[in-house]
Amino acid sequence: MIERFDAIVIGAGMAGNAAAFTLASRGLSVLQLERGEYPGAKNVQGAILYANMLEKIIPDFREDAPLERHVVEQRFWFMTERAHTGMQYRSEEFNEERPNRYTIIRSQFDRWFSKKAQEKGAILLTETTALELVQDAYGKVIGVRTDRAGGTIMADVVVLAEGVNGLLGTRAGLRKTPKADQVALAVKEMHFLAPEIIEQRFNIQGDEGVVIEAAGAVSEGMAGMGFLYTNKESVSIGIGCIVSDFAETGTSPYQLLEKFKKHPSIRPLLEGSEVKEYAAHLIPEGGFKAVPKLFGNGWVVVGDAAQLNNAVHREGSNLAMTSGRLAAEAIFQIKSRREPMTADNLSLYEKMINDSFVMKDLKKYKDMPALLHTQSQNLFLTYPQLVSTAMENFLRVDGTPKVDKEKATVSALKAKRGWTGLVGDAVRVARAWR
Amino acid sequence: MSNAPASPQAGGGRASMKKELPERFKAYRHVWVFVELERGHVHSVSWELMGEGRKLADKLGVELAAVVMGGEDAGVREAARESFAYGADVAYIVENPVLADYRNETYSKALTDLVNTHKPEILLLGATTLGRDLAGSVATTLLTGLTADCTELDVDVDKSLAATRPTFGGSLLCTIYTLNFRPQMATVRPRVMQMPPRLDGRDGRIVSFGVDLREEDIITKLLRFVPDRDSNKSNLAYADIVVSGGMGLQSAENYQLVRQLASTLGAEYGCSRPLVQKGWVPAERQIGQTGKTIRPKLYIAAGISGAIQHRVGVDGADMIVAINTDRNAPIFDFAHLGIVTDAVRFLPALTEAFRKRLSPHSKDRLAG
Amino acid sequence: MHIVVCIKQVPDSAQIRVHPVTNTIMRQGVPTIINPYDLFSLEEAMRWRDKLGGEVTVLSMGPPSAADSLRKALTYGADRAVLLTDRFFAGSDTLATSYALSAALAKIGETFGAPDIVFTGKQTIDGDTAQVGPGIAKRLDLKQLTYVSRIVDVDLTSRSIVAERRAEGGVQVLMTQLPALVTMLEGTNEIRRGSLDDALRAARADVVVWSAADAGISDLQKCGLRGSPTVVKRVFAPPPRSEKAELVETHGRTPAENAEALIDMIFARAPGVEADLVKSVSGF
Ligand SMILES: Cc1cc2nc3c(=O)[nH]c(=O)nc-3n(C[C@H](O)[C@H](O)[C@H](O)COP(=O)(O)OP(=O)(O)OC[C@H]3O[C@@H](n4cnc5c(N)ncnc54)[C@H](O)[C@@H]3O)c2cc1C
Ligand SMILES: Cc1cc2nc3c(=O)[nH]c(=O)nc-3n(C[C@H](O)[C@H](O)[C@H](O)COP(=O)(O)OP(=O)(O)OC[C@H]3O[C@@H](n4cnc5c(N)ncnc54)[C@H](O)[C@@H]3O)c2cc1C
Ligand SMILES: Nc1ncnc2c1ncn2[C@@H]1O[C@H](COP(=O)(O)O)[C@@H](O)[C@H]1O
Repeated sequence: MIERFDAIVIGAGMAGNAAAFTLASRGLSVLQLERGEYPGAKNVQGAILYANMLEKIIPDFREDAPLERHVVEQRFWFMTERAHTGMQYRSEEFNEERPNRYTIIRSQFDRWFSKKAQEKGAILLTETTALELVQDAYGKVIGVRTDRAGGTIMADVVVLAEGVNGLLGTRAGLRKTPKADQVALAVKEMHFLAPEIIEQRFNIQGDEGVVIEAAGAVSEGMAGMGFLYTNKESVSIGIGCIVSDFAETGTSPYQLLEKFKKHPSIRPLLEGSEVKEYAAHLIPEGGFKAVPKLFGNGWVVVGDAAQLNNAVHREGSNLAMTSGRLAAEAIFQIKSRREPMTADNLSLYEKMINDSFVMKDLKKYKDMPALLHTQSQNLFLTYPQLVSTAMENFLRVDGTPKVDKEKATVSALKAKRGWTGLVGDAVRVARAWR
Repeated sequence: MSNAPASPQAGGGRASMKKELPERFKAYRHVWVFVELERGHVHSVSWELMGEGRKLADKLGVELAAVVMGGEDAGVREAARESFAYGADVAYIVENPVLADYRNETYSKALTDLVNTHKPEILLLGATTLGRDLAGSVATTLLTGLTADCTELDVDVDKSLAATRPTFGGSLLCTIYTLNFRPQMATVRPRVMQMPPRLDGRDGRIVSFGVDLREEDIITKLLRFVPDRDSNKSNLAYADIVVSGGMGLQSAENYQLVRQLASTLGAEYGCSRPLVQKGWVPAERQIGQTGKTIRPKLYIAAGISGAIQHRVGVDGADMIVAINTDRNAPIFDFAHLGIVTDAVRFLPALTEAFRKRLSPHSKDRLAG
Repeated sequence: MHIVVCIKQVPDSAQIRVHPVTNTIMRQGVPTIINPYDLFSLEEAMRWRDKLGGEVTVLSMGPPSAADSLRKALTYGADRAVLLTDRFFAGSDTLATSYALSAALAKIGETFGAPDIVFTGKQTIDGDTAQVGPGIAKRLDLKQLTYVSRIVDVDLTSRSIVAERRAEGGVQVLMTQLPALVTMLEGTNEIRRGSLDDALRAARADVVVWSAADAGISDLQKCGLRGSPTVVKRVFAPPPRSEKAELVETHGRTPAENAEALIDMIFARAPGVEADLVKSVSGF
């Protein structure tokens, strides 16, 4: 007997779970396919969760979701080889009743999220890979073929939430594989430490958490960023750079991470930790200009698979959750009107996405990816070095008159980049940010 | 222990509530070691246990007994006498044709009857396929506690057996007591305990025990016994020198480098678990928690990270030499000597250097 | 034919960490799996079911979350899953575990038909005792076949089973009567990948959940901590070896030079080894 569902969701990551949960809670029959051994098994661990977007799906998620720490302090570090200049924001306001940002461990979080969808009636098959979309004679997607014996499963609509690789969609010709300059490769490790040690080192208590984002020499002049999140009993540390840059420089992500961990500002934070889990994962960073077609006859695409990711703010999972939810709501509306899942009808999803913060944010930063890419040498190497030199000049008391020190700083600036270069960079960054 | 509580508090609370031993167990005395006699051959784990049992008996001020079972003319009496040389004071022997080959049905009946009659306070068995098969049945029939795979045995201040074993995949050790029940039973893996010295001429008492077992009443029949062909069998557990390789070798072909070094040294070869899982090396060559425990004089590990599950299998080696590209690999924490280098390039050089040194015409050797 | 396979949900011990200060297990985020050894028994059970007809029931005792493992067994192709769960079972050692499981097996027999074969795994990776199987066999008077490398034949008419069993010095070929308890040796088969139908059926199936009372256990004194003669008194980390390995200085040296240096160090530290080697190599 061929099974038939209202919707099949491919993937049990953030986007897929949001979609499956929303669809199932609206009473649709949902089948979710996940190739991993369990939801989150293949997802890179340790991340930031934005509460607001999840509240829109599961308002009382704080009751039982596996949350690590809520973030009370964010540090931005500009790194040179031996120093960092930092900016840091910490506020007691973040110790609110319903905190805004949490660190989470994806393998646990995704499992919980997926359980929630199953409680609503979604059926989840793990260790089941969707191999291809089944289309009818008119090209309408009508089902999915999996890697398990026993044929095809049919559905009115397929939600592609398969993450950044998105093989299924590209194989079916729905979109192109993202280009090497549109994706970053991030590598990440979990370092286990006793909770007391984490609290001591990061000056936090209870469930408070800290996030460090680091740019500069750590990416060796490539467009990229290092990060460190505190979890309950571990610290997630990683670094990511644009794939095409890795190819050009011949550096390996692993080498970068090793270097990052050995940086004198980072090393003491990890001292004595036990490393478990090394993972590498792609992040779509093409921004607005890279977003493919979001819907078609019998299908929609959500989350990383649709390149919905805001590289500047390192937000991905909230765009994923939101797009998953909106796609599900669109499907539900079409279904309640008893209409077919045609491209025309499913365009409702695109309209909803355009009206949401998702597209508005991506549009705002549409020039950022290109800028980061072309100016990476200056932005990631020259400026951090200059700032660092200036700071060192400023702070070191060695009998040199202050006037001379300032002069030295200014001439260093000029020598490195020239006035026109400096002004140009400032304007470009301001424009992209605007 | 199947659900050993993880925190020290969990067990501690109850252990400290130790009550006085129930009256019916007060007569249980002496330490027993079950001697595994299969096809005329005593498993060396039994003598290793005899060494441990001797220490326990001395601490308790009681006798050490060997239990030997087998068919008639199966070497039971010889084994009993040998047990005296390894430290036993008494040997309980059970001779009956139905015991010619090990079968759970007959052996568990015989051993249970013997325990119920002569009442030992401690009963030790080897954690072999025979010992584990037997111990579980006997402990269940006697409704007493059984601690598997111990690495250390001791006697507590109040004279109860403190059995220490790895738990949670070897990352922790725990000490287990059998409270208020007798006998206190434990199994110990081969090669974990040291072989005691053999004192020929040391004598003891032989006590013969009869069991009421007739072949017609036994349901399980041994149809055939297929002995392992000696040539193929690895002698890993007893080798003096072992060379082994891990994932750092990167391919089945490179594993040959390990075998070449082993053959140059006249050594046995072994491996870490992933190589077995990949099918590069047969399972009997795996060293570690779920493989063999070894006690060689020299252990050379190439491209092995030294995970705790591997470490527990090699901790008894006199000298551990590690070859690893990562100077932070955990193996350097417990190896005695090490070299931070690519094993694939280094092993052939090492093999060659050994070959030269050990050749009868070697200048080095003559000079030295 | 009715076959019951006992499976245990265990923490994936490769991922267990120990708290450096308190020496307690940091369980957070440690994934659970079906005890790997149990899968060899499950696959063997399903092969004989496929051959002779009948059903495979999987049974587990554990916390409610152990239902995940049972469901997984259904996706592999088992027909029915029973979870025995009750707070009275907490802290069971092998004696108490085999008691509870045998009670559940008896109840399974009454409810779904008496099992012809009960399988357990050779051992677990957390308890690692290999005692629960023999314990069950003894309590239910099942003929016991442990460390089985091959089941040669099962004959339902004569109610006999022939199996090859790994012994210390070789392989025993044993014949006995059903009902029997079998534990399979690792590597004897490979767990199958269930079909799409199996997976869908498993996703929808209800796991039968029994409390101690449901399983007909009246004597709670025999369960959990109270029914366990063994007690864990102390948990501690293995003592670290005091010093790190002495390393060969490799800087600017060839592999050959390094090899010489290493051999010198070995022989210097363990002169006995040199003598042994010379002996073994030259055949003296
Ligand atoms: C190192 C790193 C750090 C990050 N940090 C943050 C952060 O702090 N905050 C934040 O908001 N975002 C962060 N992101 C981005 C965020 O992780 C992603 O945007 C988000 O996971 C996207 O969700 P998704 O559901 O679209 O894709 P995924 O989470 O990748 O899920 C896709 C799922 O589909 C499954 N799948 C794929 N193909 C198939 C198939 N054919 N059949 C069946 N199943 C399939 C996969 O196994 C996977 O489970 C980070 C990303 C990385 C790599
Ligand atoms: C329940 C359970 C039981 C287990 N039982 C056992 C067991 O009995 N025995 C066992 O061994 N494991 C066992 N394991 C597995 C164990 O946890 C480890 O995964 C395993 O020992 C790792 O094997 P490895 O060191 O070969 O591989 P890895 O951990 O991958 O290490 C490879 C090492 O090689 C080094 N290396 C890489 N390239 C080179 C090179 N060119 N030259 C030199 N060095 C190089 C690396 O630096 C690394 O240290 C068990 C695990 C579990 C969960
Ligand atoms: N709680 C349990 N539930 C079901 N089966 C179990 C349980 N504990 C042990 N077993 C079975 O008994 C076998 C041996 O376990 P152990 O004696 O703990 O090594 C396992 O492989 C399982 O098949």
